[in-house]
Amino acid sequence: MSGTNRINLTLKVWRQKAGKSKGNLAEYQAKEISTDMSFLEMLDVVNEYLTLKGEEPIAFDHDCREGICGMCGAVINGRPHGQEKGTTLCQLHMRHFKDGETVFIEPFKAKAFKNIKDLIVDRTAFDKIIQSGGFISANTGGAQDANAILISQKNADLAMDAAACIGCGACVAACPNASAMLFVSAKVSHLTLLPQGKPEAAARVTAMVNTMDDLGFGNCSNERECEAECPKEISIANIARLNREFIKAGFFKS
Amino acid sequence: MNWFIRVITASVGKKLLMALTGIFFIKFLLIHLIGNLTIYGGDEYFNAYVKHLHSLGPIITVLEFFMLFLAVIHISTGLLLFFQNLSARPFKYAVNKNGGGRTIGSSTMPYTGIFIFIFLIFHLINFHFVDKTNTTVFDIVSNAFANPIYVFFYVIAVAAAAFHVSHGFWSAFQTLGLNNVKYMPFIKKIGVTTSIIFGIGFGFLPIYIFIM
Ligand code: SF4
Ligand code: FES
Repeated sequence: MSGTNRINLTLKVWRQKAGKSKGNLAEYQAKEISTDMSFLEMLDVVNEYLTLKGEEPIAFDHDCREGICGMCGAVINGRPHGQEKGTTLCQLHMRHFKDGETVFIEPFKAKAFKNIKDLIVDRTAFDKIIQSGGFISANTGGAQDANAILISQKNADLAMDAAACIGCGACVAACPNASAMLFVSAKVSHLTLLPQGKPEAAARVTAMVNTMDDLGFGNCSNERECEAECPKEISIANIARLNREFIKAGFFKS
Repeated sequence: MNWFIRVITASVGKKLLMALTGIFFIKFLLIHLIGNLTIYGGDEYFNAYVKHLHSLGPIITVLEFFMLFLAVIHISTGLLLFFQNLSARPFKYAVNKNGGGRTIGSSTMPYTGIFIFIFLIFHLINFHFVDKTNTTVFDIVSNAFANPIYVFFYVIAVAAAAFHVSHGFWSAFQTLGLNNVKYMPFIKKIGVTTSIIFGIGFGFLPIYIFIM
């Protein structure tokens, strides 16, 4: 393709063996990287070199590579998913990097996200939070008429915005307190805003917040780093909604 | 009562305690500042204000104990949050960069808090638990601020408090769940304005007395 530039980068990548609690930054050269590549494709190229040299390739998570699954993610030069706003790591393109630049690549770090290997961390803590209440217990029956339950456009939009969360964990990685509030607030919001989610709202928010606390996530101190780094640009207005719902459930619901 | 403990010991509950007590302290500081402005009226005016305050007697004592109670909650919960949050990330990043959310106020919250606490003890020993039999409060204050080290320490402490409030104010509203797209920008502005008023209002007093 014409207009394609090639750049060389020095990578400082976090290497941590499976089952080990400590790791270190290793240096690699990423040569002749096309600026049309995504960050993960760049890592693929580096891994091919490593494999040819007989070295262990860098382990990293990925799946869809189109910014919708929430599987990918690493901290690039101190920024989860890199410096571009509203972008997952798989959608971060190498044109945003300069030739000769040194790039630090670290895994998400939090007590609740145990490192599995290199850049891969265990995010089952998020699943546990969802299992504790992030659902609607509806008895299935005959399909209802589509417009039987009226929902205002505004709430439908707010719920949809919250539902855009892909559960990647960048909010936890970005938070100075390793808090999971943005994720939990997105999940609580998208269900609570809709009539179907209302009956279980109080029980849901209480259970999810308690589970979040038990899993060792930090406490939110409204630093707003999560909102700045979230690839789906989830708003902290959701965190306020979570707080509101939690206070309501705690003090006013039996 | 069990439910109450469960609610306030949850992460959101602890923040709620911080917010409610914090809002009270902001209100207190506002009243404190208005009272202190009487210093500009000269020694008689200021001493009259102090006398009037003391004449309220038991109301003041009750308020003092209430504030002590709130301070214990605010400080102990704050410290607990601080240590819990430190332990929530046992392994640090090699590179730390802000995404644009943090402010000086927000990122120094625990430190300005601890500093204000130390200052508070000093401040109370200085002006509150001091023998006032043969002197007036105005004399105590003007003697203290004749010392430039005192003035410097006070100004620094006031600056710390201003930064603390600059984050604390809007943060309290967010914690209470009162983040509304319509009002939030306004609340943030009031927060910053309040912190500037506190900073200049309290900060200039020791300097004024020093120069005087
Ligand atoms: S809130 Fe944003 S950063 Fe957090 S898990 Fe969801 S998509 Fe990822
Ligand atoms: S790989 Fe699916 S979001 Fe990046």
